[in-house]
Amino acid sequence: MITREEFRKIAFNGIWKQNTSLVQILGLCPLLAVTTNLVNGAMLSLATIIVMALSGFAIASLRNLIPHEIRIPVFILIVAALVTVIDLLFNAKLHELYLILGIFIPLIVTNCIVLARVEAYAAKNPPLQSIADGVFMGVGMLWTLSLLGGLRELIGNGTLFSGIDLVVPGLSPLQLLPADYPGFLLAMLPPGAFILLGCLVASKNWLEARQANRQRHTPPAAVSAGGCH
Amino acid sequence: MTTPHKPITAPKMAIRTAVILLVFVTLFTGLLSAAYLWTRPALAAAAREEQMRLIDEVLPRSRYDNALLEDSIVLDNGLTAYRARKDGKAVALVVEAVAPDGYAGKIRLLLAVAPGGTLFGVRVTEHKETPGLGDYIEPKKDKNKTHPWITQFDGTNPAEIDAQEWRVKKDGGRFDSMAGATVTPRAVIKAVRKAVLEVVAHRDDLFAAARKEGQP
Repeated sequence: MITREEFRKIAFNGIWKQNTSLVQILGLCPLLAVTTNLVNGAMLSLATIIVMALSGFAIASLRNLIPHEIRIPVFILIVAALVTVIDLLFNAKLHELYLILGIFIPLIVTNCIVLARVEAYAAKNPPLQSIADGVFMGVGMLWTLSLLGGLRELIGNGTLFSGIDLVVPGLSPLQLLPADYPGFLLAMLPPGAFILLGCLVASKNWLEARQANRQRHTPPAAVSAGGCH
Repeated sequence: MTTPHKPITAPKMAIRTAVILLVFVTLFTGLLSAAYLWTRPALAAAAREEQMRLIDEVLPRSRYDNALLEDSIVLDNGLTAYRARKDGKAVALVVEAVAPDGYAGKIRLLLAVAPGGTLFGVRVTEHKETPGLGDYIEPKKDKNKTHPWITQFDGTNPAEIDAQEWRVKKDGGRFDSMAGATVTPRAVIKAVRKAVLEVVAHRDDLFAAARKEGQP
């Protein structure tokens, strides 16, 4: 079983401390290609959550049967087979959802996040914990990629939630900047994703440094900037 | 001192590992095959539905009365053409086309062309153009919802329009394009013209040809 304490730790790790996109910097391929808007980033992350939870569960359940020497090929085999099965089942049984999430599933197979978490976590922990780890790693990715996609979309096109009508019919994207906003091409292209990701990583580090700084220097609140790194 | 285990020799170890790997491979290949076989009918039906949905976008169903998906032929270049007829008369040819020179590889198109060359409609069925940039050739991604870019072809006839004019405005032609992404529309415009001219040149053969083999 899974204790509350364990659960909290896994959740905190996935969402913030070991955030796949900001700390582990894993899975840059979809990060650059797909996060041109918020909706794509969120959808990719949702597909990742499903795949990671299931592959974490599968590997954790079989972990005692897999010899250490050949664990990597076996992991790849299991993850690839599982993702393909998910892809097929989604397409056949949940076709509506597949039309939205389906294009992202093949992208995930080539993503190192799944293999990395399986090797780092599911191979050493029980199934329930591994499911939680997969889900929260995905949740961490969800907010990061949504933020990145939203920023790119806003800077590049002046819109937010473009493509939402494909997910929830009837809703329409928000045009936040004036309609004659010329657009900023760089934000839409992969280099823009790199630059913005760099800014996000820097912001996270800054926040954490500030927090560490405060803890070290309580009670005096006023601390000179750049005092401790 | 513990009693020494029977030492595991290297060949034995290798065989043991190989057998375990083989078991896993067999197991998961079996799982894959089962999933594939189980979902195949549903996938085939979904693919047909999808194809019909695409065709509906370029040619309304009221225009023809034959079973379009069955009345298809495979062209010399490997692409499929569907022949739309009403009361036995040729109405339009729904043809696949490929623009080989997109910004990021091939752009696949579907066109509905009247025998005289007038376009009912064009849709992009597959492309890898930059998201948010060149993907406005897809009406779903086009910001202009009332007159998406691709609808500029509706009602035009490349066979009657001069090649000089059949270009983007930037190159002195008649078609709009977005600043910063002209490679994509150029490729589409070129491929549409080529496909239509081929249909017009071979229209009689195309409508008379026998159906694709293997189809009912």
